[in-house]
Amino acid sequence: MSNELTGKSSLLDVSRRRLLQASAGLAGGMMLPSFPMSALAADQPPLGTWPAGSQGDTVYIGSTSPRTGTYAVQGEDEIKGAELAVEHLNTAHDLVKQLSPKTKKGVLGKQVKLLVADSAAKPNQAVQAQQRFITENKIVLMTGSTSSAVAVALNKLAQREKVLYVAQISGSNDTTGKDCVRYGFRQCFFGEMAANAIGPVVVKAFGKNKKAAYLTPDYTYGHTTTASVEKYLKSQGWTTVTNQVSPLGAPDYSSYLLNVANSGADVLINVNWGHDCVLSTQQAKQFGVLDKMKLVVPYQVPFLARETGGLMEDVYAATDYWWTIEDKFPLAKLFNAAFEKKYGYKPEWGAENAYMGIVHWARMVEDAGTFYPPDVIKAWEKSGTIPSLVGDVHYRPEDHQCVRPVIIVKGKKKADMKNKEDWYDIVDIVPGDGVIQKPDAFGCKLGDYT
Amino acid sequence: MINWANLVSQMFNGLVLGALLALISSGLTIIYGTLGVLNLAHGAMFMLGGYAGYVAYTYTDSFLLAVIAGSLFVMVVGVVMERVVIRHFYGRPDEDQLLVTFGLGICFVEVVRLLFGSLSLTVPPPKAFAGITSLGFMFYPTYRLWLVAIIAAALLVLFLILYRTRIGMIVRAGIEDSLMVSSLGINVYRVFMVVFGIGAMAAGFAGIINAPVVSLTPDMGEAILVQTFVVVVIGGVGSFPGAILGGLIAGEIISITSMINPGYAYVMLFAAMTLVLLLRPHGLLGAQSRG
Repeated sequence: MSNELTGKSSLLDVSRRRLLQASAGLAGGMMLPSFPMSALAADQPPLGTWPAGSQGDTVYIGSTSPRTGTYAVQGEDEIKGAELAVEHLNTAHDLVKQLSPKTKKGVLGKQVKLLVADSAAKPNQAVQAQQRFITENKIVLMTGSTSSAVAVALNKLAQREKVLYVAQISGSNDTTGKDCVRYGFRQCFFGEMAANAIGPVVVKAFGKNKKAAYLTPDYTYGHTTTASVEKYLKSQGWTTVTNQVSPLGAPDYSSYLLNVANSGADVLINVNWGHDCVLSTQQAKQFGVLDKMKLVVPYQVPFLARETGGLMEDVYAATDYWWTIEDKFPLAKLFNAAFEKKYGYKPEWGAENAYMGIVHWARMVEDAGTFYPPDVIKAWEKSGTIPSLVGDVHYRPEDHQCVRPVIIVKGKKKADMKNKEDWYDIVDIVPGDGVIQKPDAFGCKLGDYT
Repeated sequence: MINWANLVSQMFNGLVLGALLALISSGLTIIYGTLGVLNLAHGAMFMLGGYAGYVAYTYTDSFLLAVIAGSLFVMVVGVVMERVVIRHFYGRPDEDQLLVTFGLGICFVEVVRLLFGSLSLTVPPPKAFAGITSLGFMFYPTYRLWLVAIIAAALLVLFLILYRTRIGMIVRAGIEDSLMVSSLGINVYRVFMVVFGIGAMAAGFAGIINAPVVSLTPDMGEAILVQTFVVVVIGGVGSFPGAILGGLIAGEIISITSMINPGYAYVMLFAAMTLVLLLRPHGLLGAQSRG
C-alpha cells in the first residue's frame, strides 16, 4: 500500500479505514471475473488497469467521497449522483442518450459498477482506497472528492497509475491549475470562476469601496478561493479587514467570529464549506455578526440553506447548479425528475456534478471506442462543445477544466418559498467563458499520456 | 487588530471555551486516573449526550428535560459499556483498551448516523437564555454566558463528589494506588463502574448543554476528543484540578492566538502541549506517584 503521496497516517486511523476498505474490496473482489490478458487484441502495451480492467463484461468505477466527517452530507450527495449516472448508463436512460448519443446500455456495451469507499475528506484515506480498487478491481475510472486536498492527491495518483480521475466537488484553483494532470478532468466551477461570477453581483448589490471579512478553511480550496474573491473585490476598491483562517472541522468559531465582529467589516465572505460553513454561519448569527454585516457564500454548499434554517435569506451565493434552472434547461428538468423519483428530494450540485462528470467520461469512452486511457483523454481533449445539464459546455484541452456557466443565487425569504425546497432565486446564469482565467494562468502543465 | 477591547473579549471567550473543555476533560481524566483506561469513545459520548438530549427536546420541548435525559442516557451507556466490555480489558495491554474504546466510539457514531443521518440538527437554547447581551466592551451570546455558570456548577458538583464523599475518597485513592485500595477490601470493580458512569455522564452533560452553541452531527465528538486529550496532557493525566486548569489554558490559547494569527490557534495548542511534556512530563498538576 503506497503512502508516498500523503505520508503515513496515524495509528488510530487504521482500524476504521481497514474495515471499510476490506469490506469494499471483498464485495468488489468477489464479483470480479478473471479473463486472460490476451482476450483483447490491441497494438499498445498494457497501461494502468488497461486492458485488464475492461476485458470482462463489467467495468468498475472507484468512488471515494466522504461519508463521515465535515463533508459527509455533501459526500453522500455525490454518491447519489454517481449511482444515478451508473444506473442511467446501464439502462441507456433517455437523459444519458441526449448527453452521450452513442451510449447503448453500459459503456462500450459493458455494464458499469460503482465501488464506494469513505474518504472522510482525507487525502491519504482516499488514495489508499483508490489504490486498493486499482489493484483488486482494476477500475477504469476514479471519482469522488468533496475536498480539493483529496482531488489534488487523486490527480497525482491518476497520473502515476495511469487511471483516469474525474474530480467531483473541488473548488480549488489548483485542481486544474498548478496541480493539474493529463489523467484528471473537472466538470464543476471553482474559486476563480466563482469569484469572477459573483463579484459583479456583490459589488452591484453592496457598492464599491466596502470592507470585507473572510472566513477561510486552511487548505488549498480555502486559500485559492479567498485569494480569487479578494483579487476581484480589490479591483473594485474593496479592502480586506480580516481573514480568519481555521482548520477543517473546527469545533467552534467563536474566537474567529469575535475578530470578525470587531473588524468593522461591511460584508462577511464565508469560504468555509460543508458542516464548517453551517456551523460558522449559525455561530455568526449567535454573535450578532449577521445583524451587522451582509453574508456572502462564494462557493455554495449543498444543503446549506436547509441546515441553517433561514440564515441564507437574502444571501448571495455562486453555485454549479440549482434545480429551478429546469425552466430554462430541459435536460436539468429530466435530471431533477429522475433524481427526485429515486431519492425523494431535489438534487443539489454535488449530485449534478457527479452525474455530469461520469456521463461525460462515458461519452468520451464511446467516442474513443476504447477504454485505452490515452485514447479516451485525446477524445476528451478534442470533444469540443458538448451538452450538459446546464446547456452546452466544453473542456479545455490545455487544463482539462470544463468551461460551464456559474449560477448565481440569492436566498429566498421564507414567505416567498413556493415549496420546502425552494430556497433560492436564480439571480444570474453567468457564461463560463467570461469568468474563467487563461488556461496557463495558474501554472498548469498536464504531463504525459503514457 | 490588537486592542484592549479585543483582547478582553478574546480572553473572555477563551474562558467559555475552556470551561467546556474542562468539563469534558474531567470525565476523561477521572476515568483514566481510576481505571487506567484511556477512553477513546469519550468524544462519541459527548455526541451521544447531544443526540439523546435532542430526542428528549423534540418530545418535551423542555431544555431542562433534554439536559437530564442527555446526561442520564450517556451515564447508562457508560455503565453498560463498562459492565459488558471494558471490564474484560482491565488486564489487557493498553493497545487493546485503545482499540476497543476506539471501536466502540465508531459504533456509536455510525449508529447515530444510521438513525439520524449526517445532516446537522439544532437544539435551541431556552427562551430566557436566547439572544445577545451587551457586556459594555462587546456583545456576547447570552446562552454562552449562562454556559459558564452551568459548567461551573457542574464542576462544583463533580468536585464535591470527588472530594467530599466516601466514594470520591476511594476514587482518589484508586488514582494514587488501586492495588492498595483493593487490598483494603474495597470492591474496586464496583467503584470502577461508578467512575465510568460519572465520567461518561460528564461528557453527555457537556454534549447537551453545548448543543445550542453548535449544531449536532454524528462526527462532532472527533475534534473535541483531540482537544480533550491535549487538555488532559497539559493538566496532568488523572488530575481533576489539572483538567480544569488545562481546559482554561487551552481555551485561552485558542482564543488569544486567533486574535494574533487565527491560522496558528491550534498549532499553538499543540506547541503548548509539547512544552508541558518536555518540562513537566506528568502535566502541570499530574500525580507523579502513579504506576
